[in-house]
Amino acid sequence: MSESVIDPVVEKDRLGDAGAGACVIFEGWVRNHNEGRSVHSLDYQAYAPLALSEGETILDEAIDRFKLRAASAVHRAGSLAIGDMAVWVGVSADHRDAAYNASRWIIDEIKRRVPIWKNEHYADGESGWLHPDNSPVEPNA
Amino acid sequence: MRVRLLYFASLADRAGCPEESVDTQAADPAALYDAVRLRHNFSLGREHLRVAVNGQIVEWDHALNDGDEIVFLPPVSGG
Repeated sequence: MSESVIDPVVEKDRLGDAGAGACVIFEGWVRNHNEGRSVHSLDYQAYAPLALSEGETILDEAIDRFKLRAASAVHRAGSLAIGDMAVWVGVSADHRDAAYNASRWIIDEIKRRVPIWKNEHYADGESGWLHPDNSPVEPNA
Repeated sequence: MRVRLLYFASLADRAGCPEESVDTQAADPAALYDAVRLRHNFSLGREHLRVAVNGQIVEWDHALNDGDEIVFLPPVSGG
């Protein structure tokens, strides 16, 4: 978890391994629209102790499952603007198949399991918390 | 016994606070959530939540102890 801007150059340094022949990086960015609504900005809340332990568990599982050389991930907390990097996931592996598959698996597991919540602020002044599929928690709130 | 509750996302908005200490006789998180849900008028049913005690995800019938930190986790939306 990071309260400040993610530096992808620094993060990528964690993946180096002489046995690795492939590196896949995924960056999740804040976009200006969701479910047909215009998004102005968003906030992330996290239950940090559990988010960190769940994140470590996911990375350990990925290393084991996909035989990775290294895996690392960072998620922002706090207020973000359009275009900001919200999440960074990096993996290295001997070959590209494992690296591509692991990258996708890790971001999917983060979205499914890690206790982080997104509150979107819309251009019309409303805001709302979202479910994992980006639908609103309280559609009539 | 006295336990500490942390609230996040829609539950924090409904409760009007990020945390509170409560005196309770609830034996497990299921009973505790039922009581807290009534008091704060939470719309989310227990089937939509997970629960963590002292930083670990637990089952709803996990035995509670004095001083526990309990978090009812709404559906997550990171990434």
